[in-house]
Amino acid sequence: MTSSPNPHRLNASVRSGRIDRARAIDCTVDGRRVRGHPGDTLASALLACGITEVGPSIHRGRARGVFTADCTEPNALVQRLDGCPEPMLPATELEIYEGLEVRTLSGVGWLSGQRDTAGYDKKFVRSDVVVVGAGPAGLAASLVAARGGARVMLIDQHRELGGTLPDGQAHVSGHPATEWVGRAARELAENENVRILTRSVALGCYDHNYLLVAERRAEHLPVWRSSGPRQRLWHVRAGQVVLATGAHERPLVFADNDRPGVMLASAVRSYVNRYAVLPGREGVVFTTSDSAYATALDLLSCGARVPAIVDTRAEPPARLVEQVRAAGAQVYPGSVVTAATGEPGVTGVRIAGLDGNGSLTGTPVEVGCDLLAVSGGWNPAVQLFAQSGGTVRWDPVVAGFVPDSPGGRSARVVGAARGTYDLAGCLAQGFAAGAEAATVAGFRVAPPAVPQVDGDRPVGRPRPVWAVPDESRPRRECTEHFVDLQRDATVADVHAATETGMRSVQHVKRYTTVSTGVEQGKSSGVNTIGVLAETLAASSPGEVGTTTFRPPYTPVPLALFAGRTRGPLYDPVRTTPMHTRHEQAGAVFEDVGQWKRARYYPKNGEDMETAVLRECAAARTGVALQDVSTLGRIEVVGSDAPVFLDRVYTNKFSNLPVGKARYGVMCGADGMVLDDGVSLRLAEDRYLMSTTTGGAAKVLDWLEEWLQTEWPKLDVYCTSVTEQWAAVAVVGPDSRTVVGRLAPELDVSAEGFGFMRFAETVLRNGVPARVARVSFSGELAFEVNVARWYGQALWDAAMEAGRDLGITPYGTETMHVLRAEKGFVIVGQDTDGTVTPLDLGMNWAVSRSKDFIGKRSLSRPEMLRADRKHLVGLLPVDGHSLLPEGAHLVDQRAPRRPPVPMLGHVTSSYRSAALGRTFALGLVSGGRERVGEVLRAPVGGTDIEVEVTTPVFYDEEGVRRDGAAQG
Amino acid sequence: MLLIRCPWCGDRDEVEFRYGGQADVDYPADPERLDDTAWGNYLFVRANPLGTLTERWVHTAGCRRWFSVVRDTATNEMSPDIPSRRESR
Repeated sequence: MTSSPNPHRLNASVRSGRIDRARAIDCTVDGRRVRGHPGDTLASALLACGITEVGPSIHRGRARGVFTADCTEPNALVQRLDGCPEPMLPATELEIYEGLEVRTLSGVGWLSGQRDTAGYDKKFVRSDVVVVGAGPAGLAASLVAARGGARVMLIDQHRELGGTLPDGQAHVSGHPATEWVGRAARELAENENVRILTRSVALGCYDHNYLLVAERRAEHLPVWRSSGPRQRLWHVRAGQVVLATGAHERPLVFADNDRPGVMLASAVRSYVNRYAVLPGREGVVFTTSDSAYATALDLLSCGARVPAIVDTRAEPPARLVEQVRAAGAQVYPGSVVTAATGEPGVTGVRIAGLDGNGSLTGTPVEVGCDLLAVSGGWNPAVQLFAQSGGTVRWDPVVAGFVPDSPGGRSARVVGAARGTYDLAGCLAQGFAAGAEAATVAGFRVAPPAVPQVDGDRPVGRPRPVWAVPDESRPRRECTEHFVDLQRDATVADVHAATETGMRSVQHVKRYTTVSTGVEQGKSSGVNTIGVLAETLAASSPGEVGTTTFRPPYTPVPLALFAGRTRGPLYDPVRTTPMHTRHEQAGAVFEDVGQWKRARYYPKNGEDMETAVLRECAAARTGVALQDVSTLGRIEVVGSDAPVFLDRVYTNKFSNLPVGKARYGVMCGADGMVLDDGVSLRLAEDRYLMSTTTGGAAKVLDWLEEWLQTEWPKLDVYCTSVTEQWAAVAVVGPDSRTVVGRLAPELDVSAEGFGFMRFAETVLRNGVPARVARVSFSGELAFEVNVARWYGQALWDAAMEAGRDLGITPYGTETMHVLRAEKGFVIVGQDTDGTVTPLDLGMNWAVSRSKDFIGKRSLSRPEMLRADRKHLVGLLPVDGHSLLPEGAHLVDQRAPRRPPVPMLGHVTSSYRSAALGRTFALGLVSGGRERVGEVLRAPVGGTDIEVEVTTPVFYDEEGVRRDGAAQG
Repeated sequence: MLLIRCPWCGDRDEVEFRYGGQADVDYPADPERLDDTAWGNYLFVRANPLGTLTERWVHTAGCRRWFSVVRDTATNEMSPDIPSRRESR
């Protein structure tokens, strides 16, 4: 055996192709070695090796072959196996490199379990003029805009500029068009105002000229050769956008139109001219318009036979017919291919006449072939235009959906993307749009004269055929007439959809799954619309309309959107000045907003439950301390600060004396609890408001909104000072001793330092501090605040001052238990935006004497209903059972047939060291009237019985906060 | 991604802003005097036109200031909320 590795590669004297024959590249497809050259795609390399067939179809397992040479490929989808495995890559787009290893797929790939270690990054840029598509129209637009001095960005999917020009044989100014492309590329590359992105897909075109562009930077390189990011996502804000996105050729629908060897006519040209590959030696061409005649001529010029050109039109342009006849092809005008024959690959076609009504005439003839090039016409690539808000209409002259107003407000559409298929027209539109766009962007420039071209894409009116009638079967039985190769959907499927009563193309799409594959309707969409229009006897495909075009234009890995914002870079991490101390103490952390807070401090391999019981016991019987630096702090300053706080808090703050603190609740205008916290009055015109850790930014926004939009005349300024302070809560019966040692100048006695007072002092270590007697645990407690940079010194000093008393650091979990034992709520845990202060039983904090935001809502009838959910305590009857937070609560007697009436749910649930049992808080319908009732919490197939109680479980009299009672 | 003109900072990407809903829904001078329907309307009822809407935005990641713009909800075309036009409304 001495066969060439590329038996279908054309001799360089016939077609040079855009490949580097001097170098060979070996890759592996389904375990077979495939040899190609730099410049090949995987599809062209496969075809050069004589491999037409790829993976079988998704549902029916039918043999399929390479069908296109672009991103509309429905069949040749592969899973990359080298590097990080990646699914569903079109072989027609995949550039080969040494070591590439793939498996062909049957319409479904798989996600790798591996971590993708490749780099992905993002760039954010502005540009005066962005041109999408570097075919003749796009190049022309870029050239002119750049000559005007505009900053131009030219984006193209392919390795090389030129669009489809390298696929054809056109001439510009008497020279091959590829030379014109080369000159244009050089001129653009030499202009420093121009950025050319090749191998880059404009994924989406959004409002106000915002584009997302996925640039493949290293995918065509073996892993070991790539450095830097594999892909880059460009966020582009454009002054003006020119869309020169080209057009996609439509397949044709006939019996067994899915056989390997059936290929788009334009793809055949691409393989012959760009890749120097001859996909077949006997090629029948089946067309509805002029463009496929060039395919026939290309095949003939490469030594292939063209036994038949089947044209749906009764009178194809005489010039074309003469041209192909002279080259040796036979034309069948007014005819169709009714069926491809052969299995699995095409070995012939059946040709019959098609009368003016679209019915078959005469006796079908059989013609042998190994390649069937089909052209059902062209679909302008209007995806980006439609995404950016443009509407499309059916144009019967070009037989395609075209932009309704191609010179619209946002994007200008030029060339094939608006149904202009002749080279001169594309250049003229490109020059004009480039000049216009640059001029509007502030760079006045006039379009140049269009050079002399010899048209490669002649224009004659097409005769589209949406589905060739079957020789014997009615439509409902056309189960081998495929409209969507990737989804194995047929004319019979579309027919069945209409039989069920569906009329909308959107419904038919979802019912049949047509155009839901990776090609997203680029090849299947319009044929389906055409078939549907005929089935529904609509006047034109325009009457049916299109489905919605949505980004991304082609599939894109999610990793690209993540970019570098993965892992620790996903979100900023905020830590307190004492963070290293928590780490040293072995803390387990939890995320609270962006903060890392110590959750608990396990000792000697304790689990969370044991550690929390120990920490709770320390706080209730000895002394414990917590880092509370993360609490939000906002300074509210100005002569109207008291008035303002009276309006935003449900309770009064104007009568709070300087030097004292008060707990406050704020509501939305709807009366629902928004946030809570303690505010200190530092001076007549100055408050220090504290917020929940997660609510700080939201509360500041809220205050600003009211100040700016409703009460701009109030003299109030709000400043976030969260980051200026570090704070430690010292909690427990022994906390007075510890704080007394820590702040020797401070009178910490019960008489000298009352509850809800604060004082300025200097700590023993010389650090100025503000100490407040506030308590979120019900115990005697002091909150010591210092300037942030003293945070660690404060922590160390407090630990030192309490060492002989066994001072115990505690985390958020213990804090949660301690406050829940006292029935203190956590906004966002025990509330969820549907809970009012009255629901929480906080009538004491709701002023009757003044208005506040949300007050009027509290008297709406809905708020006064007896069955509103109230905050209650919940005690599992079996004191060992721990209720899961979120568990539903139902009536004991309620039948368990859905829908079971839900009375409420558990919001917080813990084990209590102080109570020696489990307990919970919950929201229960009419809960305050149910105290003493036993409800059930269905959990994992069994019920937990719970008794409804008041929400305060511990020290109901509140004697412990002054340290009076010793535990 | 809308391009929004902050009256103080200029043209910025939408991610820097937070949406504030329909503009000119004033907090009632004396909420207690409103009946439940009128208060409900203040709380919950907003215009939802296909066409121009005067709406509020706040430049949260910039100058933190609130302002109003007129936006066409069909095309997202935005123009400044001119005070003289406000008077005539």
